[in-house]
Amino acid sequence: MIDFGTLEKGQKIGTTTIHVNRGDLVAYAGASGDFNPIHWNERFATEVGLPGVIAHGMFTMGAAVQLVCDWAQDPGAVIDYQARFTKPVPVPDPAGSNPSDDPGTAIEVSGAIGALDAEARTARVDLTVSVQGTKVLVKAQAVVQL
Amino acid sequence: MSINPELAGRTYPAQEPYLVGREKIREFAAALKATHRAHYDIDAAAALGHKDLLAPPTFAIIVAQRADALLVADPASGIDFSRVVHADQRFTHHRAIIAGDELLAELHVDSVRAMGGGAMISTRAEISTATGEKVATTVSSILVRGEEN
Repeated sequence: MIDFGTLEKGQKIGTTTIHVNRGDLVAYAGASGDFNPIHWNERFATEVGLPGVIAHGMFTMGAAVQLVCDWAQDPGAVIDYQARFTKPVPVPDPAGSNPSDDPGTAIEVSGAIGALDAEARTARVDLTVSVQGTKVLVKAQAVVQL
Repeated sequence: MSINPELAGRTYPAQEPYLVGREKIREFAAALKATHRAHYDIDAAAALGHKDLLAPPTFAIIVAQRADALLVADPASGIDFSRVVHADQRFTHHRAIIAGDELLAELHVDSVRAMGGGAMISTRAEISTATGEKVATTVSSILVRGEEN
């Protein structure tokens, strides 16, 4: 278990890279029940003014917090989690690729402790979530009960 | 099409309870590429003190988006779903969600703000068990884009 007393503000908790391809978006659509066609149909996505098919914001948010779940060693310790969706995550469909095993788009995630509350024994982990250097989530903060 | 500003303050009562299934937790966790065993293995969840498989921290979105759908489907709301963009999301867990939970979501429209030709709508789902135990509060904002965009 994490020893609360050893934690310091600014301390890094780790980094991870999430790869997302078209097959992953179909799987998330089915798992979540969010079948908005902007997440699986290129024609529809471009017709509504998007650059193409984009990932569900909730895919990115839900996958990014796994870094915190693994660090906390108990996903149930994440008592509060928020994020703002600022930029879409385009998921291309390269010619000649198999959409289920294409490497897809790489989402880079890193986390650092943004605040500690000794009385409540909580740590706020601030996540930086970006694609090709552009932040796709803003104010992505998870509060962990320790 | 315009958003009805009088939506603010409206409440949509809970519909049928949502039964959290083990296979749905496993499917949802796998779709998020979650690796923690407590989402897949009952013994791993039990080792952390959870009575059954533990849902990932964003699992409540399934229940919250079903509640949001009531608002979008309300002819009085004036919301065109094809113009909706998810702007932000927050989950506050009063306790962890585990398999076997029967969840009810009561939806509250907290605010409606005109933005350009569209509107930013903030909703809150109060999620509880069928027996009245508070489980989670989710808050989300959706941006309904104006026609000129």
